[in-house]
Amino acid sequence: MIRFENVGLRYGTGPEVLRDISFTLPPGSFHFMTGASGAGKSSLLKLMYLALRPSRGLVTLFGKDMARVKRTDLPALRRQIGVVFQDFALLDHLSALDNVALPLRMGGARESDVVEHCTEILRWVGLGNHLNSLPSTLSGGQQQRVAIARAVINRPRLLLADEPTGNVDDGIGMRLLYLFEELHKLGTTVVIASHNEALIRRFEHPRLMLENGRLHVLPAHASRWA
Amino acid sequence: MALPPLTRRNSDLPLAKDPTSRFLMGLTALMVYLAALALAGALLVSDMTSRWDSGLAGGLTVQIMPLPDSAQADPLEERTEAALTVLRSTPGIATASVLSSGDVGRLLEPWLGKEAADPLLPMPRLIDVMTNGPVDTAALSSRLTSAAPGATLDDHAVWLADLRRFAGAMHLAALGIVALIGGAGVMAVIFAVRSGLAIHRHVVELLHLMGATDRYVARQFESHVIGLTLRGGLTGLLLAAGTLGGIGHAAAGLHASLLPDLATSPWWAVAALAAVPLAACLLAALTARWTVLRTLESMP
Repeated sequence: MIRFENVGLRYGTGPEVLRDISFTLPPGSFHFMTGASGAGKSSLLKLMYLALRPSRGLVTLFGKDMARVKRTDLPALRRQIGVVFQDFALLDHLSALDNVALPLRMGGARESDVVEHCTEILRWVGLGNHLNSLPSTLSGGQQQRVAIARAVINRPRLLLADEPTGNVDDGIGMRLLYLFEELHKLGTTVVIASHNEALIRRFEHPRLMLENGRLHVLPAHASRWA
Repeated sequence: MALPPLTRRNSDLPLAKDPTSRFLMGLTALMVYLAALALAGALLVSDMTSRWDSGLAGGLTVQIMPLPDSAQADPLEERTEAALTVLRSTPGIATASVLSSGDVGRLLEPWLGKEAADPLLPMPRLIDVMTNGPVDTAALSSRLTSAAPGATLDDHAVWLADLRRFAGAMHLAALGIVALIGGAGVMAVIFAVRSGLAIHRHVVELLHLMGATDRYVARQFESHVIGLTLRGGLTGLLLAAGTLGGIGHAAAGLHASLLPDLATSPWWAVAALAAVPLAACLLAALTARWTVLRTLESMP
């Protein structure tokens, strides 16, 4: 699914923020990504969702070498990746339904299907009464669920979440993580960046641990006690 | 209770609230107004030229003036008959007919008014000549002058050529004005689209990361620009129609019939004017698409 080989990343002429990153995520796997603030979690996720290109090294996604993929083929690859952004990145002028519909409309889905599927998924995340609500009228937890619904509406092969529990209390955080667990059971490869150790330790999943720009892959049993 | 799902599709980019939107619509209205006037001017000149051309091509006019000292010259009627004899014996001339006093009065009416028909006015005699072959106008003029003193030959071809040159220059000027307006319009659209891209950069980047193609983003700008330029263009066209109607009304008041009547313009002229906002709209849409695609090329 994802393979990084000796990947390095620097912004402009600055120092490398990620160094010699090598790992492989098999299809259908579930990983947490941890690390202190500034360790490079967001940068690594950006490399995974193709927002950045590595300064060096090899990134393989869905079996394709990203250095060789043509720019015109990138949108189709990106549509196979669902991303839950740290700040949700909802479009303020669009309703919850229209926000969730974005990936479907980009993929050219029929409008009747768009409305049907988005209504269904918003009900699934408990927002069936807020289809027409603007993000500004929703609470932080509700916005987060809209962001998650948008990330998974397209049934992505890879789901990436950047601190999805960062703005909610532990109760809602647990519910969100169980939501990701359900998606994982449906076959989606999941990577969740979080610094909420208490929540992470409740799940038996391997961990990608970033420390000073370097990555350590911890298996599930070790991850629990990391 | 849950509200019914949205059926009306909002644009992914909130472009309608941009400050450049009103600017672009107003500017399009002004540009279409000016372009429509320039085009109408060119069409009027073209119509006028073709009317004069079809009426005067292949023709000559002989004018026989009343002479001040009529005692020493043949009467006007005799000189007219002499001129007709010369004309009818000249190779290349098909017909030569004398215009009645009424016809001459109507020709002079734009300058002299209704008094042109007054029989007390010393009116010249005019002979309308149609040719069916080449005529040596210099020799004919000389023969006419000797046969009928006071006769002058007016070769239409000379000033028709001047008229055609003038019309050609007017056409070029009008096309130049329309091209300049189009160029300014393209620059305005580029400015508006770049502003929109800068204002909504975070949204564009988000759509890009979610898998939107460049064409998908460009379509959002195209739809926005088409809506604005169509509304602005129709406003400009209505204003131009009002102005042209006013000019037509003023020209009708001259009783001169020198200018063509705008109300009786051929269908294709009306269609050409109506197409100005559509052309502006198409140009704006293409410019918006090109600008967005060029700008997004820099994204990874």
